[in-house]
Amino acid sequence: MRAHWNRINDWLDHRTGVHTAVRKFLYEDIPASSGWHQVFGSVALFLFLVQSFSGALLAFNYAPTPGDAYNSLRYILTELTGGRLMRGLHHWGASLMITVVVLHMIQVFLFGAYKKPREATWMVGVVLLLLTLAYGLTGYLLPWDNRAYWGTVVATNIASQAPLLGPYLSRLLGGQGSIGVVTFARFFGLHVLLLPPATAFLIAVHVYLVRKHGVAPAPGDELVPKKKFYPEQVFKDTMAIFAAFAILFVMAVAARVPLEQLADPTDTSYVPRPEWYFLFLFQLLKLFTGPLEVVGSVVLPGLAVLALILVPFIDRGQMVRVTRRTFAFSFVALAAIGWTGLTAAAVITTPKEASQVAVDYSAPTDWMELSSEELAGVGHFRQENCVSCHAVGDTGSKIGPDLTRTTIHRNAAWMIQHFKSPAGIRPGSAMPPIQLSDSQLNSLAAFLLKLNPQNATALSTPRISRFRARWSTKRMAATHAIKSMVWVWTWVRL
Amino acid sequence: MAQIPIGTPVEMTFRRMRVDGWKVVSEQNSAWVVKSPNNQITAFGPQCTHLGCAYHWDEAKNEFVCPCHNSLFSIEGKVLGGPAPRPLDQYETKVQGATLLLGRLQTPPEQSA
Repeated sequence: MRAHWNRINDWLDHRTGVHTAVRKFLYEDIPASSGWHQVFGSVALFLFLVQSFSGALLAFNYAPTPGDAYNSLRYILTELTGGRLMRGLHHWGASLMITVVVLHMIQVFLFGAYKKPREATWMVGVVLLLLTLAYGLTGYLLPWDNRAYWGTVVATNIASQAPLLGPYLSRLLGGQGSIGVVTFARFFGLHVLLLPPATAFLIAVHVYLVRKHGVAPAPGDELVPKKKFYPEQVFKDTMAIFAAFAILFVMAVAARVPLEQLADPTDTSYVPRPEWYFLFLFQLLKLFTGPLEVVGSVVLPGLAVLALILVPFIDRGQMVRVTRRTFAFSFVALAAIGWTGLTAAAVITTPKEASQVAVDYSAPTDWMELSSEELAGVGHFRQENCVSCHAVGDTGSKIGPDLTRTTIHRNAAWMIQHFKSPAGIRPGSAMPPIQLSDSQLNSLAAFLLKLNPQNATALSTPRISRFRARWSTKRMAATHAIKSMVWVWTWVRL
Repeated sequence: MAQIPIGTPVEMTFRRMRVDGWKVVSEQNSAWVVKSPNNQITAFGPQCTHLGCAYHWDEAKNEFVCPCHNSLFSIEGKVLGGPAPRPLDQYETKVQGATLLLGRLQTPPEQSA
């Protein structure tokens, strides 16, 4: 049996060379000083694979258009088996990946492992860091909730400030005027079509360069016999990967991934905040005002990236022991203090309300039992601001009847007719017609038929309270006459 | 018109048609409407001219406040503080009887930075 197996192996190796390649990979010589501090690269690669896998599973159930993205994500979270786990892995995996990539860079920086002949390896690594951040930026919009929408409004406005390139960048990102289908399609395209192959290619180049030049030795390593990558370093890498996955899994299961209200361009009470790793940049903009604004938004970050890329050419000295690299340690400590200070200031100055708008989509139980069509109705219910005139249990305005009263529900056909022509069905009604398609009205009616005093509590978010506090006599207006292809005159009855 | 208080901005929502890429969408939007003592109506675009965050009216301070980077605007839309590079954008307005017509959103030419 063993001889048979060996023959198959030999045949495969002769045709593909796979065993020879694996053997060469595992039994590569590495410096005697190699150890736990060099596990971050392997963990980052593992997390990239986790992101690719969880992203692909999400994409199987996600509709990448502004009209459907939010509801498809709610479907993933509430109805799909393992959907919440997949989104948790993908969301927290992004944060963990950025953390690990930065730790990897800090380790290489502190040890001076970027020095000749490893300059190209370092520079490819910096580009990989930028790509990792680009995933965070482009993926932020995809849930199409308020957090995503307003965060992207700010990001595209910052991009538009870039000297010379600003208007072109803004146009490329589709952010001119307002965020809509074009921006969404481009962010989605970048996130799932362009960035992954670019990352995979650069990881391959990075690993090739690491193998070509070998793991950077510490001074004095040449006097000690080298060791093999397998088994000692492979074991350490594997343990670190297990630890990272354990942390990620616990976060995906235990920590709720934020999903806020459906993106609402009219929600003027929303306070946008970027993801935690961009908070320091957001805060930095408060320090540069007027003509200096572009310094904080574009020039300083651009110079920082340029300096990072040129590190191997700035520091061209001989390799010294890590314990003697005082300047490198001081630089990292200063950067860490600066980052922490700016991030903490951004967190402290965030109004409390901004962190309270997450929807608790897991409760109550009735809420979980809504079909996908009824959930779509929730989106239309929020989009149309029904609570600006109607009461919903104890919340909302009191101008129109309480929508949780089952006596006003009748049946779907009657409700749809009523939505289309309120005054026609109920003479004297001041309610404006709802301008949605038949299928959208169908979803809205399906949801309202399920709405009752018990499950209405799930709608009692701070958002609805804010609506109640707003001017209650607001009226949504209908289109009046087309002024141009882009804008129309609209009327607001006063 | 009588429902809008003089000297206190009111946030109003309306529906507009907009070309969004390959389709025309009917979407909600909002404006901060101000009625002056001589019944002049001004309607401001709802986004801060700094980075596009939504601002709100602070009754205690009597000014518009952007929560992102603390830009401050007067009731006339002029920049009072913070990083905003120009005054609030304004909709073209036209009053027909009891109806307010809102048109294109533009930067007030006389206040442009």
